[in-house]
Amino acid sequence: MSVLVVTEQQSGRWHRMSFEVLAAGQQASQAMGSPLIAAVVGAGIESLAAEIASKQLSEVVALDHPALASYTPDGFAEALRQAIAHLQPELVLFPHTYQVRDLAPKLAASLDKPFVSDAVGIRFDDGKPVFVRQLFQGKLHADVTVEGGEPRFASVQSGAYRADSVVTSDTPATIRTLAVELDPSRIRTQTEAPYQEAKDSVDLSSAEIIVSVGRGIQDPGNIPQAEELAKALGAELAASRPICDNGWLPLDRQIGSSGQTVSPNLYLALGISGAIQHVVGMKGAKTIVAVNKDEGAPIFEIADYGIVGDLFDVVPALIEALEAEQ
Amino acid sequence: MNIFVCVKQVIARDSLIRLNAAGKWIRDDGLTFEMNEPDSFALEEALRLKEKHGGDVAAITAGPARAASTIREALAKGADRGIHVEDDRYIEADTHATAQALAAAIALEPHDLILTGLQSDDAGFGQTGVILAELLGLPHATIIMEIDASGDRLRCKRELEAGWFQTVTLPQPALLTIQSGINKVRYATLMGIKRARRKPFRRYSPEDLGIGVPARQNVRRLYQPQQAKQTEFLRGSGRELAESLLAKLRFEARVL
Ligand SMILES: Cc1cc2nc3c(=O)[nH]c(=O)nc-3n(C[C@H](O)[C@H](O)[C@H](O)COP(=O)(O)OP(=O)(O)OC[C@H]3O[C@@H](n4cnc5c(N)ncnc54)[C@H](O)[C@@H]3O)c2cc1C
Ligand SMILES: Nc1ncnc2c1ncn2[C@@H]1O[C@H](COP(=O)(O)O)[C@@H](O)[C@H]1O
Repeated sequence: MSVLVVTEQQSGRWHRMSFEVLAAGQQASQAMGSPLIAAVVGAGIESLAAEIASKQLSEVVALDHPALASYTPDGFAEALRQAIAHLQPELVLFPHTYQVRDLAPKLAASLDKPFVSDAVGIRFDDGKPVFVRQLFQGKLHADVTVEGGEPRFASVQSGAYRADSVVTSDTPATIRTLAVELDPSRIRTQTEAPYQEAKDSVDLSSAEIIVSVGRGIQDPGNIPQAEELAKALGAELAASRPICDNGWLPLDRQIGSSGQTVSPNLYLALGISGAIQHVVGMKGAKTIVAVNKDEGAPIFEIADYGIVGDLFDVVPALIEALEAEQ
Repeated sequence: MNIFVCVKQVIARDSLIRLNAAGKWIRDDGLTFEMNEPDSFALEEALRLKEKHGGDVAAITAGPARAASTIREALAKGADRGIHVEDDRYIEADTHATAQALAAAIALEPHDLILTGLQSDDAGFGQTGVILAELLGLPHATIIMEIDASGDRLRCKRELEAGWFQTVTLPQPALLTIQSGINKVRYATLMGIKRARRKPFRRYSPEDLGIGVPARQNVRRLYQPQQAKQTEFLRGSGRELAESLLAKLRFEARVL
């Protein structure tokens, strides 16, 4: 019996959440009294396996096969099925990356097991995991238990565990290469190399102050108000995804998991609810101010200063106060 | 092309949420419901593919009786027919139970392409589409921003993290989960709403499909999340509020 953590890498580079899920795995393995195994999946991954073996783990398993050079759901699910059949873990943890969204539900379903996605925490009652998930876009949390036997499958949300809390070990863990058998003709998806669209013309990562608008801005006609405030503060203007989806601001002003990651001194969130995919892009800001008319909006969980109110009252008042100072 | 698009009915955006008596889900009464927003992008994409390549678009849901209005909305926007696997238990069902219902109904008919949204606004599992593909034995691709169905294989633009993309190709039949913003969704016209009434609408119970509604992911308790930071709430209004915020940012946080 063991806890299996599935790390993620691409072309020899770690996904940063690999270490977050490793932290989750170390905590789980301690709470359950079960050894921790980390899996590295890919082609030519010896050095990554060696690197992670310096962490406190009982074993690293390398699933190394030329057909795993780039991610496909069929290839990765089959490789992990073979590893799971071999290792018989009781808990399998993933980082909740885009790749895991694509892979883990398929893998778990193919073994007729449920998969708890995007957990923000794992508690243990009598050694049994209780997963905490966000519901209703983060407005509520739920304690979730899973029936259907082992292994239990779950993924942890970005930022829920701290990568810098991973414990290292003086003696490296053993590395085992599992002989994965894959028939490339059974991989139905073909992938091409990742690309970026027109390289970001606006780089928001060095902005010191950001005024960011969400769907609370309601109408493209209201964007100039936010622009005016940004100007008065010497700030860059940014937005949540729906604003860019609607074409109200260009895509290169989008903050979040599919946009830019920023860490300004001041982030002023106007009419943004605080969905995790937005929050991962801005929670590193030194000071966060949120203006939202719903006091239950999850953005207030991470805000330093909160104003429960209508942004159309607050924004003009701020502009006026700033202008009066000139 | 026989296209199925999976649509879920969820509570309207910005609804006031109250826990139910059991403390395991929310109270339904007094709320309004709408189509899960990501699903409206999937529906729009299905309609566009049909306009380009011909075929038939079926909108399917698993949900309580009230979810029929979401299917009717899809029909009014242009879907050709509706399928409703009706049972109250789908309100709180886990992804496996839901995917099983959708799979059982879709398996009865020829299908070339199945589209789902990326994620439901209420439960937020982000998995139902992928499980549905697995249950039907189909290949899938997720977080799709463009579909080219003109060749033998589907060519799709898949969103990766942090502004990266990738082209993936896969054989049909296949399942794709659609990312929000892939298109501009249309509104239903008055004519569309009238026509919708005469479109075929098929209802099944889980028993009709020979399935149950198993619950393997169980919510034990639902509650307000704890604050990660101590938020200082500023009160007041107008100029006074603005000045006190600016003073805090200058002298307390020292970020201005
Ligand atoms: C795979 C994936 C990737 C994603 N990537 C991103 C990403 O990179 N960036 C991103 O932002 N999102 C992303 N999203 C979407 C994300 O989940 C949310 O849907 C989105 O962030 C919500 O944007 P919002 O807060 O502007 O809108 P909403 O959630 O609709 O919130 C609007 C808020 O405005 C408030 N409001 C309304 N009117 C007023 C008013 N007059 N005054 C004050 N407040 C008001 C409301 O109370 C509400 O809280 C992604 C989702 C997925 C599944
Ligand atoms: N009850 C349902 N009926 C129809 N489609 C659903 C249902 N639940 C989920 N889906 C589809 O699966 C997608 C992902 O939902 P979820 O896995 O709950 O996040 C949604 O965007 C819908 O397209």
